[in-house]
Amino acid sequence: MSMPQALKRFLHPALMILLGLAGLYIVTLVYATGESLLACVMLVTLACFVWIYTSPKTYAYRYLFPGIGAALIFVVFPMLYTVRIGFTNYSSKNLLTFKRATQYLLEETYRAEGATYNSSLYPEGSRWRLRLEDADSGAAFATDPLDLSAEKHLTLKASPSPASLPGEEMAMKDLIDRQAALKAITVQMPDGALVRMTGLREFAPSRLQYARNPDGSLTNNQDHSVIRPNLKSGFYETSDGEQVQPGFQVDIGWKHYVDILKDPGVREPFGQIFIWTITFAALTVVFATSLGMLLAVLLNWESLRFRSVYRLLLFLPYAIPGFISILVFKGLFNNNLGEINIVLSSLFGIKPAWFSDPFLAKTMILIVNTWLGFPYMMVVCMGLIKAIPQDLYEASAVAGAGPITNFFKITVPLIIKPMTPLLISSFAFNFNNFVLISLLTGGRPDILNTSLSAGTTDILATFTYRIAFEGEGQQFGLAAAISTLIFLMVAVISIVQIRATKITQDDKR
Amino acid sequence: MAIVIDKSQRWRVFAAHLFLIVLCALVIFPLLMVISISLRPGNFATGKLIPETISLEHWRFALGIPSMGPDGQMIKPDLPVLLWLWNSVKVATISATVALFLSTTAAYAFARMKFAGKKAALLGLMLMQMFPTVLALIAIHAIFSRIGHVFPLFGVDSHWALVLAYSGGIALHIWTIKGFYETIPGEIEEAATVDGATPWQAFWRVLLPMSLPILMVIFLLAFIGAIIEYPQASVLLRSQDKLTMAAGMKQFLYAQKYLWGDFAAAAILSGLPISIVFILAQRWMISGLTSGANKG
Repeated sequence: MSMPQALKRFLHPALMILLGLAGLYIVTLVYATGESLLACVMLVTLACFVWIYTSPKTYAYRYLFPGIGAALIFVVFPMLYTVRIGFTNYSSKNLLTFKRATQYLLEETYRAEGATYNSSLYPEGSRWRLRLEDADSGAAFATDPLDLSAEKHLTLKASPSPASLPGEEMAMKDLIDRQAALKAITVQMPDGALVRMTGLREFAPSRLQYARNPDGSLTNNQDHSVIRPNLKSGFYETSDGEQVQPGFQVDIGWKHYVDILKDPGVREPFGQIFIWTITFAALTVVFATSLGMLLAVLLNWESLRFRSVYRLLLFLPYAIPGFISILVFKGLFNNNLGEINIVLSSLFGIKPAWFSDPFLAKTMILIVNTWLGFPYMMVVCMGLIKAIPQDLYEASAVAGAGPITNFFKITVPLIIKPMTPLLISSFAFNFNNFVLISLLTGGRPDILNTSLSAGTTDILATFTYRIAFEGEGQQFGLAAAISTLIFLMVAVISIVQIRATKITQDDKR
Repeated sequence: MAIVIDKSQRWRVFAAHLFLIVLCALVIFPLLMVISISLRPGNFATGKLIPETISLEHWRFALGIPSMGPDGQMIKPDLPVLLWLWNSVKVATISATVALFLSTTAAYAFARMKFAGKKAALLGLMLMQMFPTVLALIAIHAIFSRIGHVFPLFGVDSHWALVLAYSGGIALHIWTIKGFYETIPGEIEEAATVDGATPWQAFWRVLLPMSLPILMVIFLLAFIGAIIEYPQASVLLRSQDKLTMAAGMKQFLYAQKYLWGDFAAAAILSGLPISIVFILAQRWMISGLTSGANKG
């Protein structure tokens, strides 16, 4: 027993040191690729890890670290990062970081004067020989065999070669796959000219477009003009203010928020969508709760038979995965082919345009969401109604009250209070019911005459998704700013909910 | 039955039955319709609830069995439904396991140990789950595409990215498990500690075996949660053969390519098992949670 004990005592620190060193090594590698934020997060995580699992004072945190760490990194951090992105111009035009945009420009090439060569590749074992043929004179050259499996920057020498090489030329498909590796190669011709890949089957003298100056500006090698990074617009700009693609991410302060308040192109769709979001969430809660409560009362009525059958059937919508039932409704409501319109047209001769008329689309959304939401409310209400003392109803029966009076004077007042926190959380859930809107209508029909793509049935959450992932501009920055505003709204709702929960709990005592 | 029964009672019972039957019909109608649609020929055919001719073409499509095209050639279905289902099950199993590991350990510390910041951490977890991850989709996409520059395995369009993204959503699980642990008397573990067990052994050998019911419930909840998760999957997964069921299903109902019948078959294929698991878990959950509560 003593031997393993001693071993254990050494094993732990040794293991920690090894893990720590391995972690540091990986962090360094990540940092070297230019992802300093990622490296930073990893370094902090690593430091916490080593500290928590070595110090005896932090014993409890050893159990917390994995779970809390995951929650912080993958839930809290993205939220903070969203807020951060809201202050930048991150979009498809300004996609890259400053570093990467600069690097991209520095790798740009242009075709210089000199002979062009038709290129082809011939196999030699698992490697390839590059054959270059002068486009004008027909003189042929070839390089030594080279490995194209990885992208490596290297300069090769080409020497005169016989007119044809053995083997079959590389097919276009493979050529396209290995384009990146080929682009990294520079070939030195016997006359001293340096040629690079300029087309899929062409090599020509090419030179780097830009050279970096000590002050951070770039000089164009072709026309000797100078471009400078503009940290306000997020572009390299020429002296007359012309922007050079690609742009990069820069901080633009409160611009998105100012746009939401002042720019009519953003403010109008935002306001319209905000109102619909609240209407949608509130009406859903009202409809689903009323229906659920009514059913709960009926299903608690002891003179009614088959109650358990009804309960099971009515619970079904809650058990079916949302993404399936929502899509089922999307098909059933289809304007021309959907079963609902077939039934309606055979019964009443009408074919409502559920997906192209804004009002009907909103009606459909509310119908579907009530269908999805009432079972939960029903189950909750059934539990609460069971807790109401029976003698209250007996007393009211003695007083001659009917069932409707009972419902409005006894049942509703008694269960509405404990239900308030649930109603608020249901409101909060539907306020951001992304899945329903995104799968059912996708926000369509669209609002006309807006510069931003926005839909009449869009709620704020799907609106941000649209701006970020579906619109042409991919305006991540603006979308993140709107998300930040939604965070604030959710925070307000949460505070109200916590208050309501506290009141309910105090009442119980 | 102390309530006075009057004459109108019968009528009221009748009206209640009528109302409930109509409502049940409204609930069942879409479900029956889907079954019927999956069995009738063609993607556009419109017909009765009970199809006149039964065709298995949509089921063949959903199961990925090649079918004979109009020109006599064998056509392979172009939407890999079974692969998507497998992807869903794979991602959900891994992330539920991860969630279970992360939440049981953290809940143990919250239930049994004293440490600085406990109250704040618990409150923070509660607050955290009030903010839906949908709002952070842009950042999640940006973060994973940046991770992908360095570790392609965890970048956009990888299942591991999805597992990582899901691993943070454990706040509610921690609260639930913590509640369960607190119903188990601490004396049992103390006895084990007196006998020379380390806290880890007391946790692993004594507390966890007693918490099996709640662990099953949490596993199922996390599993179902991952299967039906749509927003993050649709942002993080791109290529056709990586998609999960939830992210892929909408491809059946594009206006240009409307595969209503094939959709119906795929919906039953994936929806039925999930619904059954959910209904079973629901019962189990109630019994598991209450049996835990009674123990204290």
